[in-house]
Amino acid sequence: MSLNSIYELYQTMERDNTIVSFRSAVTKELLTSVLNIMESKLDSFESSPKTRKKVYSVLVECLQNLYHHNDNLSLDNKENKINKYAYYSSILIISNPTGYYEIKTGNFIRNNKMKKLEERLDKINELNKEELRELYKSVLNKGQFSKKGTAGLGLMDIARKTGNKLDYGFLPIDDNFSFFCLNVKINK
Amino acid sequence: MKSIKLGGTTKIPSVSFDYENGKLELKGRSIPENSVEFFQPLNDWIKKYGADPQPFTTFDVKLEYFNTSSSKCILDLFKTLESINGKGTEVNVNWYFESDDEDMEEAGEDYQEVITLDFKIIEVEEI
Repeated sequence: MSLNSIYELYQTMERDNTIVSFRSAVTKELLTSVLNIMESKLDSFESSPKTRKKVYSVLVECLQNLYHHNDNLSLDNKENKINKYAYYSSILIISNPTGYYEIKTGNFIRNNKMKKLEERLDKINELNKEELRELYKSVLNKGQFSKKGTAGLGLMDIARKTGNKLDYGFLPIDDNFSFFCLNVKINK
Repeated sequence: MKSIKLGGTTKIPSVSFDYENGKLELKGRSIPENSVEFFQPLNDWIKKYGADPQPFTTFDVKLEYFNTSSSKCILDLFKTLESINGKGTEVNVNWYFESDDEDMEEAGEDYQEVITLDFKIIEVEEI
C-alpha cells in the first residue's frame, strides 16, 4: 500500500463528509460503540431533533442487519471450518454530504439466499407509502420470529422512515458468495 | 404477586409493572439485539397478572426509540393484555410520542389499528 493511498482515502472521506467508517465483523460491542459515537456526534452537529432521531433509528436497523447476518456467516463457518470471508464480513460508512445523511453497508451473502432477499427488496420498492404501511402491519401482526430473533421488518422500516427507495446491488464473488451493498439515504 | 421494577440502559427501557396499582410502564429506548430475551419475562408477568388483576389496568408506553424486533415483542404484550381485557380488568393503553416525532406517532397508529384495546396516542414535549 503506497503512502499516497492514505491521502486518497482521506480525500474521499473528506469529499463525502464521512462521519464513521469501518470494515469488520459486527459484534455486539462494536455495534454499541458505533451507536454511542453517532449519538454524541449527532448531538453536536445535527440541530434538528427529528433528523437526529431518524438517522439514529435507521442506523440501529442497518447495524442490527449486519450483526444478525454476521451471526449467520459464523454459523456457516462451523460447517466449513475455514471461511475466508468471515473475518471481513462487512463494511459500514456513515456520511453527511450536504443536505442528507447516507448509511452505506456491505456484507457477504450466500448465493442461495440472494434471490429471496432480492425479491423482498423489490417488493418493498414497488410499494407506495400506504401499501408499505399495510405490509408492515401485516408482517408485524402475522409474522413469526426467525431463529435469530429477527422479525423481517428491518428493511421495510428503513424504507418507511427514509421515504426513499432501497438502493441496493449484489456483486458476484464466487460460486458460494456475493457481496450485498445497500445505500440508505436519509433526507434532512 | 410481585411488581417488576427495572432501570433502563441505552438499549433497554426502564420497566415498572406495579401490581398494587395496576400500572404498567415502559420508558426509554428499546433496541436490544435480542428482544425476545428481554420481553419474554414481561409477557409472562402479564399472563400471571391476568389471573388476579386489578379492576383497572393502565399500560403507559413512553419510548424514544425501538427497533423492529422490539416492535413485534411490544405487539405481543398488547395481545396478552387484549386476552385479559374484560376478564376482571379493564385495560387501557397510553402511547406517548414527542412532538414532531412522526415516526413514533405513526408507530402508535399502527398498533392502534391492529389491536382492539382502548388505545390513546398522546403527544408530549419530552418523554
